[in-house]
Amino acid sequence: MNKFHRLSVFVVRLMMGLALVGWAGMARAETFQDSAGRTVAIAGPVGKVFPAGPPASIFLYMLAPDLMAGWTRAPRGAEWGLLAPAYADLPTIGRLTGRGGSANLETVLAVKPDLILDYGSMKRTYVSLADRVQAQINIPYALIDGRFEKIADAIRAVGRLIGRAQALEPKAREAERIMAELKAVRDALPAGKAPRVYYGRGADGLQTGVGGSINVELLKYAGAVNVAAGEGVGGRGNLASVSIEQVLAWDPDVILTTDPNFYDRVWADAVWQRMRAVRAGRVYLSPTLPFGWFDRPPSANRLIGLRWLLAVLYPERYNAELEAETRRFYRLFYHLDLSDAQLAQVLGPGTRPGTGRSK
Amino acid sequence: MRLAGIPWFAAGLAGLFVLFCLAAATGQYPLSVGDVLGALWQGISGARGDDAAATVVLDIRLPRLAAALLVGLALAASGATYQTVFRNPLVAPDILGVSAGAGLGAVFAIFLSLPVAMIQAFAFVFGLGAVAIVYGMAKVVRGAHEPILVLVLAGVVIGAVMGAGISALTYLADPYDQLPAITFWLMGSLAGVTYDDLMAAWPAVALGLLPLAALRWRVNLMALSEDEARALGVDTARLRVGLVVAATLMTSSVVAISGTVGWVGLIIPHMARFIVGPEFSRLLPATVLIGAAYVLAVDTLARSLVAVEIPIGILNAFIGAPLFLWVLARARRSWS
Repeated sequence: MNKFHRLSVFVVRLMMGLALVGWAGMARAETFQDSAGRTVAIAGPVGKVFPAGPPASIFLYMLAPDLMAGWTRAPRGAEWGLLAPAYADLPTIGRLTGRGGSANLETVLAVKPDLILDYGSMKRTYVSLADRVQAQINIPYALIDGRFEKIADAIRAVGRLIGRAQALEPKAREAERIMAELKAVRDALPAGKAPRVYYGRGADGLQTGVGGSINVELLKYAGAVNVAAGEGVGGRGNLASVSIEQVLAWDPDVILTTDPNFYDRVWADAVWQRMRAVRAGRVYLSPTLPFGWFDRPPSANRLIGLRWLLAVLYPERYNAELEAETRRFYRLFYHLDLSDAQLAQVLGPGTRPGTGRSK
Repeated sequence: MRLAGIPWFAAGLAGLFVLFCLAAATGQYPLSVGDVLGALWQGISGARGDDAAATVVLDIRLPRLAAALLVGLALAASGATYQTVFRNPLVAPDILGVSAGAGLGAVFAIFLSLPVAMIQAFAFVFGLGAVAIVYGMAKVVRGAHEPILVLVLAGVVIGAVMGAGISALTYLADPYDQLPAITFWLMGSLAGVTYDDLMAAWPAVALGLLPLAALRWRVNLMALSEDEARALGVDTARLRVGLVVAATLMTSSVVAISGTVGWVGLIIPHMARFIVGPEFSRLLPATVLIGAAYVLAVDTLARSLVAVEIPIGILNAFIGAPLFLWVLARARRSWS
């Protein structure tokens, strides 16, 4: 009993001490409000940031790679060659968020970040995770709204958090420029002329993002219609499996995929060849290096996917400029001047009109 | 099959045929009954036109219906065999690790981003491999133990190891590209089945089913104890190996094209047993018919209830559980 008493006195003192230290820190700290409305107090300049999940790690790489504590998942294979050499071999530190969270709080402490950054969903799960981690290890943890239409706001919010508002302004402007151009395209599209698109995932191409799924979110910005939306499919949407008969009934104008196996299969399979998109040669493989362009990870990497969508959906107007736009995007956001070989690697065969196969 | 059994079997076949026709007329692509009949006639007469109805009926629906029949009969027949061989009503075809092995093979192939044919080949080979390992292990540790018990325990152990392998690959897989594909495979689906898949699977199923049909009388002896069977001059150990190989071959080849379809191999043999009794020469045809009809019906619902596919695994449990309870409540015959 006595022992227990001494222990509890010690614990109480320790907690008071920590609170005092925390309070002293707060006194000097600058406070921010993150996208979830939480108060985040940051003391002193931010020299190292721990990304909470893959979207945050990509976002951070795009905005301030020198502050990255590491990758949530080690870059693989061809991804290496398309990352700025200085950052490609940062350590792998695991992720705090999501299923299979692999970062250990002790790892986070050992890395000694000045800030933990999460970019993406503002669901209660992530808000409570942030609160818990912040309370447990006393490192400021900021949540930034990852909704696609808020990219420019998100860039500016990160700029304020890390004290680089000025330096990040050109990136925010570039995001705004791309979004504005897409809006102009949508507005100019004659009614009823929206291209109908099927997005096929998996080696057989029979998994798709239905309704307003985040996997096909980009389509609406490019004025296209996801065929797997509407009656019988449900509006909220996620990934689902569909029958090839259903795809045939939808008969899309354009088929998009990220899977090279499916891309090959389309040209060899009799049923797929009945479809309008395949007959017209309008099947495109989305670029994926170093981060996905179209589907996922759901981070700011998808901005360049919008330019790609314009090129494959409205080739007569936008195909020609895709290479220049790609170079520009990679220079500004991926810190890389693409060589011709790298550009050919990113925009490989099948990724845009005139480079792929046809029937 | 005794003579008295034949009308009953014929009636079952007729019922299956009706179900098949209904299923052929059902689907997401809008076709009238006339279109379907026309397309079928084109298929039968060989004068194949280039219309959409022919593609839908002949290239999409028929292979899928055939695959559903094949998967159903193979899983149910191997379930009945396993249950008889192991003298255990709770045994399903995955008891010796076929499904877990096939799952690991498929997940590994998805992890390596291989095309569909390779995913199927990996699933098939790993499924057989898992059972081979189980058998080898059981032989090594046999000692003085009851051989069936050792086999089942080895199956449980290897199944767990394969399951851990699946978890490990799931953990390492790309969460955005590969993980969904893995999940969908493990839920089971016939959505992408083509004639090529069927051509690859049916010979293996036939190779497994024929010995079962030929040995149907002797299989009953598995219900006896080892000593009793030996007294009758039957080498149960060798017979058991043969039956297990046949059942494993069937399961492994259909799981490779359908993904994991649980439940059928466990429940259908019981339903058949309630109807025709435990005698294997009657149980086998009944199991085959009911299994084929059941998977055909479930898959037809899976592909036609809503625009997106409902994974077979999910429908299977929601439809199969109440159906099984209903049969159980009405059953007049006992298990053995």
